[in-house]
Amino acid sequence: MAEYSAFSLLTNALKGNQDWKPAWRKPDPKASYDVIIIGGGGHGLSTAYYLAKEHGITNVAVLEKGWLGSGNVGRNTTAVRSNYLLPSNTRFYEHSMKMWENLSHDLNYNVMFSQRGCLNLAHTPAQFDDLARRGNAMRHLGVDAELMSTAEIKRLVPALDMSASARFPIVGGLMQPRAGTARHDAVAWGYARGADRRGVDIIENCEVTGFLRDGDRITGVQTTRGEIRGKKVAVAVAGSTGRVMQLAGVDRMPIESHVLQAFVTESLKPFIDTVLTFGMGHFYMSQSDKGGLVYGGDIDGYNSYAQRGNLPIVDEVMSEMLALFPGLARVRMLRSWGGVCDMSMDGSPIITAGPLPGMYLNCGWCYGGFKATPASGWCFAYTIAKDEPHAFNAPFTLDRFYRGLVIDDKGQGATPRLH
Amino acid sequence: MLITCPYCGPRDVIEFTYQGDGNRERPQPNSQDLDAWNAYVYDRLNPAGDHNEIWQHSGGCRTHLRMVRNTLTHEISSTGFARGDHNAAARHKAGGKS
Repeated sequence: MAEYSAFSLLTNALKGNQDWKPAWRKPDPKASYDVIIIGGGGHGLSTAYYLAKEHGITNVAVLEKGWLGSGNVGRNTTAVRSNYLLPSNTRFYEHSMKMWENLSHDLNYNVMFSQRGCLNLAHTPAQFDDLARRGNAMRHLGVDAELMSTAEIKRLVPALDMSASARFPIVGGLMQPRAGTARHDAVAWGYARGADRRGVDIIENCEVTGFLRDGDRITGVQTTRGEIRGKKVAVAVAGSTGRVMQLAGVDRMPIESHVLQAFVTESLKPFIDTVLTFGMGHFYMSQSDKGGLVYGGDIDGYNSYAQRGNLPIVDEVMSEMLALFPGLARVRMLRSWGGVCDMSMDGSPIITAGPLPGMYLNCGWCYGGFKATPASGWCFAYTIAKDEPHAFNAPFTLDRFYRGLVIDDKGQGATPRLH
Repeated sequence: MLITCPYCGPRDVIEFTYQGDGNRERPQPNSQDLDAWNAYVYDRLNPAGDHNEIWQHSGGCRTHLRMVRNTLTHEISSTGFARGDHNAAARHKAGGKS
């Protein structure tokens, strides 16, 4: 019987909730493992979970420098979608979407996946044509996409300024009905519990300070809790990719670390029941179950490892919100925070074996890593277990930049601050 | 964040455009060294700490700046003109051969 069920809730309630086990153990690190995963965020934990579940590799350690879920998995704006233009992105993110649809059941943990749809707005006829093109590309690969007229948008999101006198009048939109949101902390905790129950050691407060090497080959890591040997060492540290790869002697990467801010307002009554994105700037918003509007905009635009952002972006995001929703002018912002994003040179991720022997690399998520959590871990686990990529992540190599095989959905070129 | 432009003095960051890692060297335009071009276009130093970078005062005098900024604290320890040492092509131009 599943550990969490209506029956176990009832019996534990009757017994005063004495018998619940902690969701994961707090083991001391062993001297060696088959696989060491650096980074206890969403991607590292899901990698551990799928290594154990799909490939039977359970002698695995996940090393987290802080506490579990303290990085980007707990800092994102929780949107899940697969509305990409280029086939390699669409296939990968749609695989992720299908995994999201069954994730709570698979993990026996409620990740509160809510398929409330994601609506991209168009503000010019040309932009509407462009959305139609993207919708067609999605439908061509079996992903759901629907164009919406202004009348339909007005019915769906009554608070939007749909008037012709709006700063950027809305002419239509593209809706992905199966997109939505999930509770990000539950994703980390669910994967952690799932991996832990299959024998994976999740080791918190364990920062990697160096790599053990045998010639070129990576054979383990030095940490603040001692040396740990690993037959395979996997790096899934998102914004800290530059720092960790530098420890391995790889100074230059097709990655820049930038800070992305997110915001939440005080709780409101039901206001918007979809994920909405602005078309004339970078702005996206949804409403949490608690009632707060969760929203964000662009990265600050210059390299940063500080998990806090600057004021010009706060100003820009707020003005974008008011351009869409003048009625929110007097709503108070409750919190803002920042996370460090690993911006790649084409806006697409890297999931690959290498670049050093014995090492595996998962990075380049820009600010879209949360929705990829299931597929990223699934593909990374496949790559680690079999020493070759799955078809879904085969295009996401590190050397694609040098071989003319970039996957640049926005067509911005090697300018990370614009992806 | 305030950036001190050598011409205009301290100005708000919104007047400036970030142009990234200043350690890259642009090959000569007629160079056929693919590795050098790949490194210039795609590879970046991405340190947590002092970072040598290029900015442009695009909302002001439009000059290009080279500065050293700490990516953990945003402290700027030096600012100067990027002209002349920006890349190989600029040096070529500065040499008066163009």
